[in-house]
Amino acid sequence: MDSLLSIVTFIPALGALVLAVFLRGDDEAANRNAKAAAMFATSATFLVSLFILFGFDVNETGFQFVEQADWLMGLQYKMGVDGISLLFVMLTTFMMPLVIAASWNVETRVKEYMIAFLLLETLMLGVFMALDLVLFYLFFEAGLIPMFLIIGIWGGANRIYASFKFFLYTFLGSVLMLVAMVGMYVDAGTTDIETLLTHSFAFESFSLLGVQVVGGMQTLLFLAFFASFAVKMPMWPVHTWLPDAHVQAPTAGSVVLAAILLKMGGYGFLRFSLPMFPVGSDVLAPLVLWMSAIAIVYTSIVALVQEDMKKLIAYSSVAHMGFVTMGIFTANQQGIDGAIFQMISHGFISGALFLCVGVIYDRMHTRDIDAYGGLVTRMPAYALIFMLFTMANVGLPGTSGFVGEFLTLMAVFQVNTWVAAVATTGVIFSAAYALWLYRRVVMGDLIKESLKSITDMSTRERVIFAPLVVMTLLLGVYPALILDIIGPSVAALVANYDTALAAADAASQVVSN
Amino acid sequence: MSADLGTILPEILLSLFAILGLLGAVYTGKDALASALVWVTSAVFLGLAAWIGLSGEGTHIAFNGMFVDDGFARFAKVVILLSAAAVLVMSEGYMKSRDLLRFEYPVLVALSVVGMMMMVSAGDLMALYMGLELQSLALYVVASLRRDSARSTEAGLKYFVLGALSSGLLLYGASLVYGYAGTTLFSGIIQTAQHGDVSLGLLFGLIFLIAGLAFKVSAVPFHMWTPDVYEGAPTPVTAFFATAPKVAAMALFARVMHDAFGGAIKDWSQVVALLSVLSMLLGAFAAIGQTNIKRLMAYSSIAHMGYALIGLAAGTALGIQSMLVYMAIYVTMNIGTFAFILMMERDGQPVTDISALNQFAKREPGKALAMLVLMFSLAGVPPMLGFFAKFGVWQAGVDAGLVWLVVVSAFASAIGAYYYLRIVFFMYFGSEDGAIEVNGSKTLWVFLMGAAAIIGIAWVPGINMFGIGAIAELAATSLVN
Repeated sequence: MDSLLSIVTFIPALGALVLAVFLRGDDEAANRNAKAAAMFATSATFLVSLFILFGFDVNETGFQFVEQADWLMGLQYKMGVDGISLLFVMLTTFMMPLVIAASWNVETRVKEYMIAFLLLETLMLGVFMALDLVLFYLFFEAGLIPMFLIIGIWGGANRIYASFKFFLYTFLGSVLMLVAMVGMYVDAGTTDIETLLTHSFAFESFSLLGVQVVGGMQTLLFLAFFASFAVKMPMWPVHTWLPDAHVQAPTAGSVVLAAILLKMGGYGFLRFSLPMFPVGSDVLAPLVLWMSAIAIVYTSIVALVQEDMKKLIAYSSVAHMGFVTMGIFTANQQGIDGAIFQMISHGFISGALFLCVGVIYDRMHTRDIDAYGGLVTRMPAYALIFMLFTMANVGLPGTSGFVGEFLTLMAVFQVNTWVAAVATTGVIFSAAYALWLYRRVVMGDLIKESLKSITDMSTRERVIFAPLVVMTLLLGVYPALILDIIGPSVAALVANYDTALAAADAASQVVSN
Repeated sequence: MSADLGTILPEILLSLFAILGLLGAVYTGKDALASALVWVTSAVFLGLAAWIGLSGEGTHIAFNGMFVDDGFARFAKVVILLSAAAVLVMSEGYMKSRDLLRFEYPVLVALSVVGMMMMVSAGDLMALYMGLELQSLALYVVASLRRDSARSTEAGLKYFVLGALSSGLLLYGASLVYGYAGTTLFSGIIQTAQHGDVSLGLLFGLIFLIAGLAFKVSAVPFHMWTPDVYEGAPTPVTAFFATAPKVAAMALFARVMHDAFGGAIKDWSQVVALLSVLSMLLGAFAAIGQTNIKRLMAYSSIAHMGYALIGLAAGTALGIQSMLVYMAIYVTMNIGTFAFILMMERDGQPVTDISALNQFAKREPGKALAMLVLMFSLAGVPPMLGFFAKFGVWQAGVDAGLVWLVVVSAFASAIGAYYYLRIVFFMYFGSEDGAIEVNGSKTLWVFLMGAAAIIGIAWVPGINMFGIGAIAELAATSLVN
């Protein structure tokens, strides 16, 4: 299986092509066929991707399943996975069938909808597998197109504004990253990520427009990549596109956005920023740590006052991504382990929370928290599941949310106690907004007339939630499932990072002597 | 002498064809023959393109250096001929249905193409001016082809007056260069301007030359004519303006800079970089408020010339290579886009208002998808080819140390993305009213779909842009060495 990764990546695209070419008409039957075909394609992708998971050698820290072919302009078509990217690939293939299942009641332009999601899956998988800078950028950036359309066509009332904001925000960040990539290409003479990981970019300080740039070229490259990944994450203060995008996107779009697309930023930090620009990362790590701490506290407080359920969960996502960036830039094993764990677990939990909102939105067509209350009396199963994921979101021990937060907090405590102290208060705030949300929506008396006839979750909805519940609990009680896979790769990453920093330190000592 | 004539045989044949076509039409059926003449002219263009592209090899110099036939010229000529052929065929149906199709049209286009071929092969200031004027005079007339429309005649007149002014600037520069270099031959000028050692007079001449050339590529601040002429001229003519002449002017620009002033790269590189940065920014900002798709495309082309000029400003072979690739991709995108614009109509009348595209995707998903591909490509979003075009010039720019220029262009491209998205927005998310019809011309459909397919797919590993990168590299090394 030399081209296993390409096969996995392009199965969804093939499904999209088949839909585009062969499916005609927009009657009931055609819509059902479109959904079935999309379901089939995403499920097949998941099943085939299991070969990657089980064929993966966890003790090997390099890239596996590597495939390579010449491409245009001296670039390479090169794919591969290592311990860091493997789980993101699996997260994507795991979530997509659920996303399709959650879209079962879409009625408008079903064929195009499914095509957009299938293409999006191909692009997301490509991002996590690409081993060429420009190939990575291609997948990374092209994902904007289907997402732009998903929000713009199938979104809520204010979808136009949200789609434009989403696109332009991320595009601006990304073109700066592209400039940096061009600079790296010119400097290193290659766009091969494997080679670039061993290439040392210049870190001698120089002055630019009268400002002394500590860390030199590495700092500038770091900042350019940061512009892109920080927007994608999103980090405070460039997070403002996310609540808009989440609120306006259809449920499935929100799930993809929260569960997978946001992780591209974190993945980018781990794949590029930290290993390729260690000096630049070191220079700016304190800044990033503080930005993360602010994000955790600030967005948690903002989440408290939200009236819209999706917006509340969106802000909670920003806060949780704050733990991720904080963990990554502690640059130690626990921090990075915790960050990756947090990303995977957040993929399940936030995806599930948006699905929870979707369940009642489908029934009542409103996301206003005030419009609900006392759902537990008519929807016991829903109340149970919503409670489980609320607790996981808070980080209750026994759920996967706890492990990530705990590891990252422990790691940052070793690096910067103050940041740890500030960030820990965020945990309390998160309990406050999450429990209050649960209280207002599910608990209390069922007094609203419109809710009197609401029905509990259907079998289809229960089936969608089942795998998410299993994963959340399983990872909560047995985190080694993830940590064993990422451990060796993260250890290698941390070791390389420390070596590079030591070397840079030694070099600057020689200069100052 | 016969060897000289052999070198310019394609130009001679095309001139002969144009004159014969003119005579033939005048003495026989006049406009009745126009349709046939369009197709024949296109076929001649295609034939010449195939001939030049497939048979040409090495560098040939004719008439003591007045005329150069090298890989660079051949690359530009092939792109010019192919795009001119495409635009001619595209115009036929549109012009015919609006009673605009006169037999002069293909003849004038053929003559202007002869001018363009002269331009890209010019090895002397006189040859340069001859080619430029031949091309421009034909274009002035074509711009006012719709004689009974005030806008069209206004466009033609505006183009003519401003074009004459720029020709004057160019001539003034040429005379200064002649005065200080003692020759009009590029090969002679480059001798006097070696190692950045340029006399003040020569520098003056160079600047005026650049001003004249910048007018032709419509780089800011010499762009004023572009939106008005694009809007006023009949749409097929606009499509023509946006493609072949731009390639010719850009190639001529590169030819003069490298062949005549290759020893003074530092002196002109900063001027070109300034033109580039202004064009990108103005193109990005000014297009935002446009509601007329032709004006929008005018600003878009200004911005794209800015990006292509990054390649020129780099002053390296890599820069020229990326510029050539950029122009080829740009032309392909524009042909597709204009094929779409030519199709836009309501009650048989052409429509150019972009809000008329409301919910177009619902009625014509195929065409809307093609347009979506082209718009994202123009915006530079991967995986479309427009992204690789930008990547190429940025690579050349960074390689030449013009990082600031590349960073500015990154911002400009993010701003510019907005107005391309707006077209997608109207097509896919717009409200339901004021719908346009789209005429069912098969020819236009083929061009739209063909261009979109190339733009959307040619990056796939294995196709690799049909190897155009390697050809452009050969072309660039023949110019810069």
